[in-house]
Amino acid sequence: MSLAVRVIPCLDVDNGRVVKGVNFINLRDAGDPVELALAYGQAGADELVFLDITASSSNRETTYDMVRRTADQLFIPLTVGGGVRAVDDVDRLLRAGADKVGINTAGLANPMLITEAAEKFGNQCIVLSVDVRRADTASGFEATTHGGRQSSGRDALEWIVEAVERGAGEVLLNSMDADGTKNGYDVELIRAARAAVSVPIIASGGAGAPSDFPPAVEAGANAVLAASVFHFGELAISDVKQELRTAGYVVR
Amino acid sequence: MPEIVVFDYGSGNVRSAQRALETTGATVSITSDFDVALAADGLFVPGVGAFGACASQLRSVRGDQIIERRLSGGRPVMGICVGMQVLFESSTEHETQVPGIYQWPGQVVELRADVLPHMGWNTVSAPKDSQMFAGVAEERFYFVHSYAVTEWELDVTGAFTPPLVTWANYGQDFVAAVENGPLWATQFHPEKSGDAGLSLLENWVEYVKGAK
Repeated sequence: MSLAVRVIPCLDVDNGRVVKGVNFINLRDAGDPVELALAYGQAGADELVFLDITASSSNRETTYDMVRRTADQLFIPLTVGGGVRAVDDVDRLLRAGADKVGINTAGLANPMLITEAAEKFGNQCIVLSVDVRRADTASGFEATTHGGRQSSGRDALEWIVEAVERGAGEVLLNSMDADGTKNGYDVELIRAARAAVSVPIIASGGAGAPSDFPPAVEAGANAVLAASVFHFGELAISDVKQELRTAGYVVR
Repeated sequence: MPEIVVFDYGSGNVRSAQRALETTGATVSITSDFDVALAADGLFVPGVGAFGACASQLRSVRGDQIIERRLSGGRPVMGICVGMQVLFESSTEHETQVPGIYQWPGQVVELRADVLPHMGWNTVSAPKDSQMFAGVAEERFYFVHSYAVTEWELDVTGAFTPPLVTWANYGQDFVAAVENGPLWATQFHPEKSGDAGLSLLENWVEYVKGAK
């Protein structure tokens, strides 16, 4: 008996359509989020993440509708992140059918958002989503905002520790240095985060081949996330799980 | 088909519970209305967040009385996650002074594990004659919690049917599910456990039909 490593496809969504860029630039449309979500559920995904990159906050209703339609048909955990600015946004996403909500840029601007959301809804549904890159800070990593385009001025590890103390129950750790490269996860970053906090860590950014996944788990990730390699059929969820199993890890 | 009420006494994702239960063919509504919850064929009690807040909110809509009255009449109730934890006597979470609704003795304590919450798909050890796990005893279910009951304390003697306790392990053994007459509960989320979870909910709805 033991807990399985989670394999999580991430769908970047803009105005209700799935997109994925390389290093967050050059977005490409890869389909209907609900259809993709159900296909991933069938393919053995252990959870699903929607990252809403819709620029205009006036189109949030499209996001809630997409979450509702997905949660009505897919009975695995669903995390929704992107554009979450207030406790009310968290409430609406949970009521629409999200199980966990990712807080990123708004948390850096207003850390009390994490505290208040965790107190109101429980630590288990607040995910700290952090886009990290190497920089001249205490740990050598800084937290960025706006999808990696801006420096937050905060040391990434210090921020992760603070956010967990404030009540984040999980960390979605996205390496901006590795993202889009397909050269493997940033194991150095995963190790540093693992040493800093004791909540589950989802490794994100850099997956290109099945052999990239076991090192992320070895470094301390409890879950592994990828986007484009799954969307474009380069990798199947089952390939990733087989690789993990071969490496001696438990999968579902 | 049986009528199921998903008891809505706080915030969180009750919609998934409703949709998952609907896949069994049951008629499912979401409400905190006293009479509707009392009259339903089956009462589904979800629960997220902190034990103290959950127990207080449940009491504020007289959920404790609804559960008590249903059980005294043999009417099915199913508690999920913190909705299971509040059925016990107390919790050490945040040193809360809020008591549980005490259908079962025992304390909810923090799990001894390196990484908390316990989040993800885990296996369970169900008793052979479990009705809840019929056909899915070997499957994995989705857990997300840091606290659990690690010692089952109900001492059943005499004419009472012994409860069926299902265990799981994360850092240590803990109670993953209980079948105790009309009162069923799971620490994991069947509504988030894919096909295995839907089968388990079907097993409960079958039980609810039989209790009608």
